[in-house]
Amino acid sequence: MSGRSKGLNGWLLSSPALILLLLAASGPLLIVAVYSVLEKGDYSGVRWILSGDGWFNVLFQRDIFDQTVSLADANLSIFWRSVKLSIATTLITFAFGLPTAWFIATRPPKSRALWLFLITIPFWTNLLIRTFAIMEVIRNQGILNTFLTWTGLISEPIQILYTDTAVLIGMVYVYLPLMVLPLYAAIDRFDFRLIEAGYDLYASRWQVLRGVILPIIRPGIVAGSILVFIPSLGAYVTPRVLGGGKNMMIGNFIELQFGQGQNWPLGAALSTVLLLVVLISLVVYTRVTSKDDPRG
Amino acid sequence: MADKKRAFDVTTLPGFTAIAITAFVLLYAPIITLVFYSFNGGNSVNQWGGFSLQWYVVAWNNEAVQDATARSLIIAVWAAVISTALATMAALGTTRRGKFKGQTVIYIIINQPLMVPEIVTAVALLIFFSSVKIATGYSGLGYLILAHSAFCIPFAYLPIKARLEGMDTAMETAAADLYATPWQTFRYVTLPLLLPGVIAGAMLAFIISLDNVIITEFVKSAGQDTLPTYMLGQLRRALTPEVNAISTALLALTVLILTVFFIVTKKRD
Amino acid sequence: MTKQIAIDARNVGKIYGVGVHAVTALGDVSIAIEQGEFFTLLGPSGCGKTTLLRCIAGFETPTSGSIHLSGRDITYTPPNERPVNTVFQSYALFPHLSVADNIGFGLKMQGKPAKEVKAAVERVLALVKLEDFAKRLPQQLSGGQQQRVALARALAPQPEVLLLDEPLSALDLKLRKEMQSELKRLQTETGITFIFVTHDQEEALTMSDRIAVMSAGELLQVGTPHDIYDRPVNRFVADFIGETNFVEGTVEGSAVRIGTGDLLDVTLDGHSGGVTLAVRPEQVSLRADGSGIAAQIVAATYLGTDTHYTLELGDKSLLVARIQSNSAGGMRVGDAVGLHIDAGAVQVLSA
Ligand SMILES: Nc1ncnc2c1ncn2[C@@H]1O[C@H](COP(=O)(O)OP(=O)(O)OP(=O)(O)O)[C@@H](O)[C@H]1O
Ligand SMILES: [Mg+2]
Repeated sequence: MSGRSKGLNGWLLSSPALILLLLAASGPLLIVAVYSVLEKGDYSGVRWILSGDGWFNVLFQRDIFDQTVSLADANLSIFWRSVKLSIATTLITFAFGLPTAWFIATRPPKSRALWLFLITIPFWTNLLIRTFAIMEVIRNQGILNTFLTWTGLISEPIQILYTDTAVLIGMVYVYLPLMVLPLYAAIDRFDFRLIEAGYDLYASRWQVLRGVILPIIRPGIVAGSILVFIPSLGAYVTPRVLGGGKNMMIGNFIELQFGQGQNWPLGAALSTVLLLVVLISLVVYTRVTSKDDPRG
Repeated sequence: MADKKRAFDVTTLPGFTAIAITAFVLLYAPIITLVFYSFNGGNSVNQWGGFSLQWYVVAWNNEAVQDATARSLIIAVWAAVISTALATMAALGTTRRGKFKGQTVIYIIINQPLMVPEIVTAVALLIFFSSVKIATGYSGLGYLILAHSAFCIPFAYLPIKARLEGMDTAMETAAADLYATPWQTFRYVTLPLLLPGVIAGAMLAFIISLDNVIITEFVKSAGQDTLPTYMLGQLRRALTPEVNAISTALLALTVLILTVFFIVTKKRD
Repeated sequence: MTKQIAIDARNVGKIYGVGVHAVTALGDVSIAIEQGEFFTLLGPSGCGKTTLLRCIAGFETPTSGSIHLSGRDITYTPPNERPVNTVFQSYALFPHLSVADNIGFGLKMQGKPAKEVKAAVERVLALVKLEDFAKRLPQQLSGGQQQRVALARALAPQPEVLLLDEPLSALDLKLRKEMQSELKRLQTETGITFIFVTHDQEEALTMSDRIAVMSAGELLQVGTPHDIYDRPVNRFVADFIGETNFVEGTVEGSAVRIGTGDLLDVTLDGHSGGVTLAVRPEQVSLRADGSGIAAQIVAATYLGTDTHYTLELGDKSLLVARIQSNSAGGMRVGDAVGLHIDAGAVQVLSA
């Protein structure tokens, strides 16, 4: 087969999938970008007039009476919360995920499949169900508070639900498998004789972890962090259910613009921002991983 | 510490096993609690009132739940079939034929739904489909099926591609040598060998569609609740063990499909 | 002057697994390896060479017995606290570190100041002639170069003992020969005790000060290459090292009568009754005039300098002779010849 017909057949066979994806996934993203520079409609939707208001409103607000411009504090606090919670989620899932992935990868081959299966079940389980499950645990009459009261550590239930902490707990819970799986894949490829070499050359356990293991599984660490960070930043269900409407993240804020807020251009601008952050993360990822492969 | 008579295990790292076990316990405790309370005989989610299947009966007889379940299944089946068919073709087009121009572009488009935050896609589809609805007047399940099929493609594509990559091209060459036309080769050699990958892909697509919340929430027209969006709506009000029961049923279905998936994909080695 | 003992393994046993899955990798191995020695562990695949080496390195803990390093019990000392380094068969070079950083790794882990590490790295790089490759990553080196880096990395911390597990097995023949003399040179220059594992008997014979022959988790014989080759203690060793003819016979007075009825005047070493004679092919000579033991040539293999003749004796038994090709003087397959055995050099084994 010649190189050209190879490519042609490749494109031909892929085209139905590509058309559907362009129609119902990728293409509409461009419409979002367009909507972000249009004027907001009276109730919802847009008017087809160019306007910078959508982008302007991402960071600023204009007083309705005297037209003075000020920073939109409410928006800033939502951004800050989103970034803060997403970073915290990434760090905590890594702290739990690395030992978990390591544990699975070092099981004997027979039981390894079972442990892997145990981590994939939550991964494939409905996000809503898992959010709901964690909600049952942390609510005032849930098992966590019941348990803590029973041990005498606290005399009254602590309010966790509908706080940032609840959102954080929920996101860590929901996204942990996303961290574990790429880390596992990296550790599974890892040559354990390198650890023996490390110990042979007088490294302590900590030095082996820092000097040998972590640098070599770095692509897995980066992949896991991005896989957790991106959906955390765009999280919608978890903050909505566990944050209780008050503790919004960007995802909920975007939804608000298309619902009660009735400001589609602002919602579209916010979505575009989110998209850009993702794009930057992915570029960073390819940079980092291609650097790890000096021949690639 | 030469007097410590313990074997030195190079795979041990301090505290790792303890943290890993904790992680597994923390992952499963909430799910197990949820399943446990779905069998609660009492009326409230706070008190254990003995074992009972009453909430399953309540959910079963709830017309809204019945409708949502039927809708979820219809959408998931369509999405699984469409996305798997398209993903199979794409996998055949992009695997085992060497590098060709634009291959990376195809990869990016196919995997795009895995990268873009769901909320952004949801918003994009809301904008797009709302204008289409106005233009065409059609507001049936088609939009949901279309959207679900699209974001299921990468999930169906992955196991099919993996299976294809593990297959030896010598088989097809041998078939061609034995006078099979390209179509016969595909029909009698490639497809049967590929089948486990196709089944695995379809199952993953089915689960992904069944579980979807955000895109469905934004794309659905009034009265088009699926099971997840119905549950999300319920959560706004008080918690009910009925939702526990629905969750448990969905969970059981997921575990069942995953188990089959693992058996199907395991068989090849 | 008695030499200092570097590694002293006492009754070391190692069993992997438990119950029905238990595998005895080492039975009861006692061995004393002297300081500055080039010591080789030789034996067929699966005989426990790697296991013994890993016990010395600290990656395995013996199930029974103990291991001492310069008189200190190190049986339970973790590998990172033993002044023992390993050259891994797969090299196990750190892919994320440059050649120089790989070599300096051990010293850095020991907390040596950066200056000292740098100086040591330069010294060892010169030793293995890799000065120009310091900045490269391991995957940018050829197999032979990687091998040198692995060696340099293990030598840099100046261990008391260096363990080498089939370090040359991944190299092609020419490179292998080169590295053999290179290893020998390094060992002499550094004076470090080398414990070398191989299942290539020729490699063992040419390089070692002493060889230990192992089989099925047991030590069969320890000695100099000469001892092992000329005085194998049993049939296994004789068979494993070099080529050997085994000839059955019975002791009669101070000689041994073999199957053809001929008497051989061998050194008996106190053997009596039925015995086996280990006859090396080069201990057999042929006479065209037919004097000696009657034999017929049934096959000849030309090997360059030497030719191997397979001979059939009167009792139908076969014997291989190795004769210098230029002295063989026109002997062909089918010829009847006379055969002489250099009886004084023949080793007698109990049957
Ligand atoms: N981790 C292990 N678990 C169980 N059995 C093992 C293990 N390592 C080695 N063995 C067994 O112990 C015996 C000795 O193995 P060892 O690796 O020491 O042999 P070796 O002499 O190095 O062989 P080779 O020349 O093939 O490298 C073998 O029967 C092997 O199957
Ligand atoms: Mg070995």
